[in-house]
Amino acid sequence: MMMKHIEAAVHTRGESEYVDDMPRPANMLHAAVFGSPVAHGEILALHLEKARALEGVAAVLTAQDIPGENQIGPIIQDETLLAEDEVHFIDQPVALVVAKSPEIARKAVRLISLDVAELPVITNPKEAFQQGDIIGAPRTFALGEVDKAWEKCEVIAEGTCDIGGQEHVYLETQRARSMPLEGRAMRIYSSTQSPYAAQKTAARILGIPQHLVEVDVKRLGGGFGGKEDQATLWAVLAALGARHTKMPVEIVLNRAEDIKMTGKRHPYLSDFKIGANRDGQILAYDVKHYQNSGSAADLSTAILERSLFHSTNSYFIPNVRIFGACCRTNLPPNTAFRGFGGPQAMFVIESAITSLAEKSGMPREEIQRKNLIAEGDLFPYGQKVQHNIIREAWQTAEAKYAQSPPGRGRGGSFENIRQRIDNFNATHFETKKGFAVMPVMFGISFTATFLNQASALVHVYTDGSVSVSTGGVEMGQGLSTNIVSIAAKTLGIRPERVKFETTNTKRIANMSASAASATTLLNGNAAMMACNHIFDRLKKIATKELAAENATKITIVDEKVLHDGQPTALDWQSLVQTAYLNRIALSAHAFYATPNVHFDKLKEKGHPFAYHVCGIAIVEVTLDCLRGTYDIDSVKIVHDLGRPLNKIVDRGQVEGGLAQGLGWMTLEDLRYGENGQLLSGALATYKVPDVYFMPDDIDITWLHHTDDSYGPYGSKAVGEPPLMYGLGVFFALRHAMRAFRPDADFAFTSPLTPERVLMGLYAGEVRDILARNASKPKKKDRVKTLTIK
Amino acid sequence: MPITTHFCLNDQEIQTTTSPGTLVLDYLRHAKRMTGTKEGCKEGDCGACTVLIGELAIDRVCYNPVTSCLMPVGELHGKHLVTVEGLNMPVLTPVQQAIVDEGGTQCGFCTPGIVVSLTSLLMQENARIDSDSVKYALSGHLCRCTGYRSLKQTWHHLAKNIGNRTGIDALIEQSMLPAYFLEMPEKLHKIPKPLETNGAISKATAIAGGTDIYVQKGEELPDTPVNVLNLYPEMRHISKRDNDFLQVGALTTFEEFTQHPEVLKIIPRIQDYTFLIASWQIRNRATLGGNIINASPIGDMTMLLLAMESLLVLKDGKKTRKVPMTAFYKGYKQLDKSSNEILTHINIPLLEFGAKINFEKVSKRKCLDIASVNSAIKIREKNSVITKIGLAMGGVAPEPLFMRKTCSYFVGKKITTSTVLRGIDVAQQEISPISDIRGSADYKRLLTRQLVIAHFTKLFPEYLRIQDFLTNHKA
Repeated sequence: MMMKHIEAAVHTRGESEYVDDMPRPANMLHAAVFGSPVAHGEILALHLEKARALEGVAAVLTAQDIPGENQIGPIIQDETLLAEDEVHFIDQPVALVVAKSPEIARKAVRLISLDVAELPVITNPKEAFQQGDIIGAPRTFALGEVDKAWEKCEVIAEGTCDIGGQEHVYLETQRARSMPLEGRAMRIYSSTQSPYAAQKTAARILGIPQHLVEVDVKRLGGGFGGKEDQATLWAVLAALGARHTKMPVEIVLNRAEDIKMTGKRHPYLSDFKIGANRDGQILAYDVKHYQNSGSAADLSTAILERSLFHSTNSYFIPNVRIFGACCRTNLPPNTAFRGFGGPQAMFVIESAITSLAEKSGMPREEIQRKNLIAEGDLFPYGQKVQHNIIREAWQTAEAKYAQSPPGRGRGGSFENIRQRIDNFNATHFETKKGFAVMPVMFGISFTATFLNQASALVHVYTDGSVSVSTGGVEMGQGLSTNIVSIAAKTLGIRPERVKFETTNTKRIANMSASAASATTLLNGNAAMMACNHIFDRLKKIATKELAAENATKITIVDEKVLHDGQPTALDWQSLVQTAYLNRIALSAHAFYATPNVHFDKLKEKGHPFAYHVCGIAIVEVTLDCLRGTYDIDSVKIVHDLGRPLNKIVDRGQVEGGLAQGLGWMTLEDLRYGENGQLLSGALATYKVPDVYFMPDDIDITWLHHTDDSYGPYGSKAVGEPPLMYGLGVFFALRHAMRAFRPDADFAFTSPLTPERVLMGLYAGEVRDILARNASKPKKKDRVKTLTIK
Repeated sequence: MPITTHFCLNDQEIQTTTSPGTLVLDYLRHAKRMTGTKEGCKEGDCGACTVLIGELAIDRVCYNPVTSCLMPVGELHGKHLVTVEGLNMPVLTPVQQAIVDEGGTQCGFCTPGIVVSLTSLLMQENARIDSDSVKYALSGHLCRCTGYRSLKQTWHHLAKNIGNRTGIDALIEQSMLPAYFLEMPEKLHKIPKPLETNGAISKATAIAGGTDIYVQKGEELPDTPVNVLNLYPEMRHISKRDNDFLQVGALTTFEEFTQHPEVLKIIPRIQDYTFLIASWQIRNRATLGGNIINASPIGDMTMLLLAMESLLVLKDGKKTRKVPMTAFYKGYKQLDKSSNEILTHINIPLLEFGAKINFEKVSKRKCLDIASVNSAIKIREKNSVITKIGLAMGGVAPEPLFMRKTCSYFVGKKITTSTVLRGIDVAQQEISPISDIRGSADYKRLLTRQLVIAHFTKLFPEYLRIQDFLTNHKA
């Protein structure tokens, strides 16, 4: 029977410990943050007296209380921990209250006030760009000669995509607990994807060397990128509080604080121009991405870079120019979110292709198919396509999910689905169906090449039990399960013998974040290497004990030591014991760095990815054209997993990613007021997929190509790519909308909420209604809303 | 003197002087340090804090899942509070095992709450276990990791392992539920009734189901005197009176209301509407009275009761007065009710022969979301002429709006496309929507049009077709 998620049983019993579930040390204090009331302004005065006077308050700290450097920027040094002279977004941390209880701390926060001279607020990235307010330098990737190619094009489409952001909604909000240790040392329990980021930033803020900071991570109640860089802030604030009070300090954000204070997936405004010949072969694509980065760089430059990498998704286009700029606005710094800039870029190319299809009358999927990238083709960033299976995935999807009705004999073709839907739409008035095919090719590796490194530390104890530490963090994605099965498989022992340890900066140094879908690839390979180091030593001693010819004849299967495939007197436990008595090291550390990845940022060419994960999704929807509401009927997926370490874990990743992609395109609607205040700052107003939103009909066909896998035992990355299957729902809905209003040209604005759908379908009726009610004076709106892009 | 709340927590009997307004969730996590119950949102939207509440019903205890983040400790008096810790046994329970086997847990944070809700499904006598009932049980839960398919699939395991042997006794017999549940009826019986409300407490904040007040004032209520109305269950019943109206106690929960046979007789499709209203946990808490008094311009049950022209019974000490619901709302959160009055009953008139009812709601997410616009209609026709109509619309005015002018326009008119379109014109004059997080004013005007069309085309397909309402505009 297949191994289950190793933490599943304790999860169901409610016994899994998250940061604030651990037993509380005596005298532990609780922290809360006072944030800026305005989106942009100069700080004139900060009034802390009342908060400090409140009973139960232990300390109220500001930038002045930071012993080290007030700087937390991970790539570019442009972000303070606590604001000094200016504030740049609403709820930007200004002061930290430490008190006896979270309730007292929050009460004290409400007693703090700030005098501020307000400055102009920018929330639109193009506006920021025009004012020259950008982060880092704009980047351009190019292939062929775009400007010359337009004249060869017989169809040209242009447009703008207005892409909304996305809140992570990890069920466990941001939190950390910090324990002051002897001297100036500090131990931080954090819900972070990046223990090393928390460690080095805490050291910097506290003004102490990194070796005095220990960060320990047991598990996360979800991360999705939201705790890649932005868990650091809370970990460091807890440490700052602990430093000053010399007591353990815990900070746990409530949902409202978390949604308002933390960054999101970046909204993008992207202008595209695409051209094709009359056969639908795309000849040129010119795209400009204006990323809404928020008020500080955070990871925005790296996210923009991935947008550039994925701007042509799974298509080969001979003439391409991709421009991108990180635009500074007065929103919380936007940050990593599953897909890391890839989803926005793919949305734009899919919109461009849709636009082309609508203009030329060719079926959308026909244009997609004709332009799928082929073996040997070049991506605009210079990487040559190798072991390409996107076409195979396409054919598999057609064969499996698009068969013709019995007796028609056309075989598998998406034309069958289109025909079926056209027939339905022709016979139904207020209900329309739509579908879309969504191919995905997602590059695996950190695009910053140096991050593609990992370490593992393995101990074998004399009772035969094994402890494995890596730099990877368990956040629900199943890393612990994967690592345990890798170690067990490598050593030939039962998984029950292996313990996946907390991720701790004292055991593993300088780890990269658990991100980029590469956590198992990097840490699994390191763990496998460390296990092999020990295994080699064990084989040597077994060779001696068994008087065997050489160590290559020794294997361990099901904990039995075999010589030449034959059982011997030794088993795992006795072998370990023998090794110990013979003074053989039963611990090993190993280091892995992904080979063959490189990228030259001056030329914007290289080989940034170890490989691409490929797949195809088919999304079908039904639209209620009277009410503007819709159901997702089915999602069919063909996805390449390589040789999975654990199919349950991988399937969970595909389905979970899909759900987030579907939600991002439809329900998940971040709304801001004129002054940059988030209006959808609660789960009552920011809706994510629930059990009824997700279709019952989700079918997945797996491909198992291992030639290009760098993963342990032929496994492949699976964390991010499936999110982008969800993009299909936007285009499926658009298909249904156009069935109801064939002449309409709808905006490429996401999310496609029921409001946008209905307002699109009935634009004329709305004009009528407003014209007839024009005589009536308009009541003042309670809240003016706009969606920030 | 501090108020003592006396109840059972899992297999323990508890007497606590914790402030009655404290949230059960905070009590569990902070005072008891029982951390299996998680805080995800503290507004009833995620279900991570779901617990079971067992209430005595004569000689047995009935259990329902509720979100502990919206429930005051004071209300636990005489009840049985069950957390995930109280469901654990030496081996995994069938629900836990099914989630493990299907890969229905990833990060694990939402999982304990889901275990509680699914267990609650199995604890109902003669529960149907299928894909639909499992989805019903999951309706108030958010899981950001799995995409729900694996969780939905647990029904196969549950159906196979339990089949039709649901209910507390059957589960205990099969060693699927801890045996201490058997002792609960006796234990709860022994807990003395709470003291009657005295004059002083009437100044306290009244809490019915708490599902909105705790979202609005969650941080204040633990330090405020509260009047926990649910301790006095005489306002929680449904009975038919004189073949004339249905008397519904103000503390009747949504779930009790929608499951009641007499209600089903009047509103046969109430289950379809329920699907669009809140979640299982919230419907187990939210009360009809709370919904009406809360006066949200977008209350779902409020709209239904308003269209039905219900009568509200208000009580101040011994004085009783009746107010038609259509005259109850005076403006944004302004009611025809003095601060000393309490809504005790809602009298719902029985339908005249041939009258039809419909409810419409459009929200961003279909389930567990607040409407952009909602509407209910009660209508009666004779020979295709409208003889009586009650139309209520939500989200289009500062208060729940009874569309008086639109109704009077419709009366006496023949049901035709142009009647409906003209009625919509009147409606547009009667509403005054604003732009807010639920949608722009223009969108709400459009929805008003669409939902009136929806009411009429759904109720009178013999006279009307949707396509006749489509003007030939270029979109």
